[in-house]
Amino acid sequence: MAPASPAQQTPDGTPGPALELRGIDKRFGAVHANRAVSLCVAKGSIHGLIGENGAGKSTLMNIVYGFHQADSGEILVNGSPVAISRPRDSIEAGIGMVHQHFMLVERFTVLENVVLGAEGGRLLGRGIAEARSGLERLGREYGLEVPLDVEAGLLPVGMQQRVEILKALHHRAEILILDEPTAVLTPPEAEQLFRMLAQLRDEGKTVILVTHKLKEIMAITDRVTVMRQGAIVHETLTRDTSPQALAEQMVGRAVLLRVEKAPARPGGVLMEVRDLEVRDASGVARVKGVTFSLRAGEIVGIAGVSGNGQSELLDAISAIKTPAKGSIVMGGRDLAAEELGPREARTLGIAHVPEDRLRVGVVSSFSAEDNAILGYHRLAEFNRGAFLSGAAIRKHCESKMASFDVRPPNPRLRITAFSGGNQQKLVLAREIDCNPSVLIVGQPTRGVDIGAIEFIHRRLVELRDAGKAILVVSVELDEIMGLSDRILVMAGGEIVGEVAGSEATEERLGLLMAGVKGEGHR
Amino acid sequence: MKAAAKLPRWAEYGLLPLVNLCAALLLSGAIIRMIGESPWSALKLMVDGAVGSQDSIGYTCFYATDFIFTGLAVSVAFHAGLFNIGGEGQAYIGGLGAGLVCLAIGTWSPWIVIPLAIASACVFGAAWAFIPAWLQARRGSHIVITTIMMNFIASALMTYLLVNVLINPGQQSPESREFGPGAVMPAVDVVLAHFGITFAPTPFNMASLLALLACLFVWVFIWKTRWGYALRVSGQNARAAVYAGISPPGIILAAMVISGGLAGCLGVNELMGSQHRILLDFPGGAGFVGIAVALMGRNHPVGILIASLLFGALYQGGSQLSFDMPHVNRDMVVLIQGLVILFCGALENIFRMPLAALLGGAGRAKT
Repeated sequence: MAPASPAQQTPDGTPGPALELRGIDKRFGAVHANRAVSLCVAKGSIHGLIGENGAGKSTLMNIVYGFHQADSGEILVNGSPVAISRPRDSIEAGIGMVHQHFMLVERFTVLENVVLGAEGGRLLGRGIAEARSGLERLGREYGLEVPLDVEAGLLPVGMQQRVEILKALHHRAEILILDEPTAVLTPPEAEQLFRMLAQLRDEGKTVILVTHKLKEIMAITDRVTVMRQGAIVHETLTRDTSPQALAEQMVGRAVLLRVEKAPARPGGVLMEVRDLEVRDASGVARVKGVTFSLRAGEIVGIAGVSGNGQSELLDAISAIKTPAKGSIVMGGRDLAAEELGPREARTLGIAHVPEDRLRVGVVSSFSAEDNAILGYHRLAEFNRGAFLSGAAIRKHCESKMASFDVRPPNPRLRITAFSGGNQQKLVLAREIDCNPSVLIVGQPTRGVDIGAIEFIHRRLVELRDAGKAILVVSVELDEIMGLSDRILVMAGGEIVGEVAGSEATEERLGLLMAGVKGEGHR
Repeated sequence: MKAAAKLPRWAEYGLLPLVNLCAALLLSGAIIRMIGESPWSALKLMVDGAVGSQDSIGYTCFYATDFIFTGLAVSVAFHAGLFNIGGEGQAYIGGLGAGLVCLAIGTWSPWIVIPLAIASACVFGAAWAFIPAWLQARRGSHIVITTIMMNFIASALMTYLLVNVLINPGQQSPESREFGPGAVMPAVDVVLAHFGITFAPTPFNMASLLALLACLFVWVFIWKTRWGYALRVSGQNARAAVYAGISPPGIILAAMVISGGLAGCLGVNELMGSQHRILLDFPGGAGFVGIAVALMGRNHPVGILIASLLFGALYQGGSQLSFDMPHVNRDMVVLIQGLVILFCGALENIFRMPLAALLGGAGRAKT
């Protein structure tokens, strides 16, 4: 091939690749994150990149964007090789990236954020003026209207994401990489995003969508590439494949995408929450007059866009936070009125798998075995007088690892050396171990690979069938719908609707989440 | 975007500190050359002054004992996520506690006086640390600020007490009267003489044994008890601690009380082992050196023991150097110590990446 000649068209007339990767290889110490990855992304297409956590897709995209450098391999943009050693190089090559965690300066206005990195000289005035007219034009062309003079941090997340996309377009990106873009969006917002992406494609831009959601891949992409253990294992036209086939390629074996469970046989009420109000540190009510009950033998799911009071509700029920008003009655005690703490909550039989595993559920610098007793370190079985019994702790961890299939089964390994799925299995094992009557689970499968998701869901259903009450909060609608016997929808700190698990549809929940009140709710 | 490179254990705890130390000494050598002295003979003088004779070894160990107490104090607080800058003041007040017992009942049997004085040193040091701990736990006042202020208050209080209350009547200098014979911490040379071993008389005394016991205590407490476990959880991740039913304010109080108690023991070494009276400014900055010692010793008792010996040697060797070399004064020695702290503490990562690359295992980076 003639070097450096822009190959826009291949001989047969189809558009040439906008981005081509040849033999990208990357190691982090002992971890082989990318193994000779070669990938062609056609110009004017939406290309899906899927794989489990740790499959190497983020590493690959970070190499393309210049956050990491490949140990070997080539990156070609429009047919010419480019050297990308930092994000600036990739921006100049016309690549833009929208990260899962937005990289916006919250106290800057939208306009200032967009100009960041393209200030156009020592004085800001001219660059800002150019950006304003440019953004207004982009906004009109793509229907990407955003208020330009509002602080970015004050915008809803869907809007913030738009700002990120605008920023990339303003930096003249022809190739747009989106990393898990729908993680923070409601279903309607996600649909809007997809319409926008389709329009960008039709304008000739190239979009790479990194995700673990099979449904999105099927809905929007033209081609899809599956990564497993650092290598590409499968590539196909999207219309030639199915979610089931993709899932099997991702995991490397047959998987069950749906949760298999018998109808619930709910028993007596185990926990009664009434008129609960929870305030944050600045005194703003985040949970407003929430009332519900948990019965033995049922899984109750709480759906909602994150940030609508679910986290505060979990904190209150697990006694991490004392509510401002209302009651949480369990076993004849009122957690709220008596201002009980997490320690007493545990003795009452409330176990809690926190939403934010790494920041709350485990101590990331500790070994697996030390994490396996977190919250239960006072139990007599782990103590010999004043001393912790290392032998008992190790035995405990080994047995949990065996029964929950935690790999590698090495109790002395640092918890962060395990994959997200294995960490979560260990946390779940720890919380189930003391035979609680109520289990509260926040984001049961966040950052968890498909294989482990199946395992965790099965365990939760087993626990339900053993007569426990389970409360699940998740931003993954599929998960809520698959697991729950009853679904409560939260919006703005209130429960805005209740739907039976069997009657739930994405549309119905989506409308409730967006704040349209349910018919059955007074 | 790059996290610290991962080194094998032996390199992490052996090679890396050694390389850092060499870099500090190299730079010190360059400075000594600049002021017109021979770096090589300066190094020889320092090493000789630190470990060249029984005398110098005794002094090195004596100083190291101070640093062990203050280093352990810093590390216990550090494991609870607290930066205790107040070791100096806690040691000062701890010495007052030991001294008061020694002055009051110093004529009694040492079997009674010494344990009581040690206990008193711990209690006084702990009480001094309790004040900023309480302010942090209940009022949210930052412990770095309050412990620094407590150092000044301790200094002012001790000056007042020594000038106005404890001063030996009919004497000019602000010192207490001498302790009674029962309040003398036996010197190591005296103890060794019982076993027929002769050792040069130095201030090196049995408080060093107490320091070793303190190392053992800290190791057991931090890593082998459920309180130590709770303390580490709270220090590493306060939100996880709350989740686990551990009260961070309670941990703050407990950790600082232990920390202050350890720092207070410095008074036992300095006053009962060497000075035999209460005098002005006897901690002499050891409270601050303790921060460097804890940093260099990776907050582990074994590391602190080794780092304390190194700093003891620097201290003693440095005195020898300033004594023998006309152009090298006391400040020069402080500079050398400063460079060691700089390279082993603040700049400890500069050689990490090259070393990791050299040892073959490329750095493990995470986004």
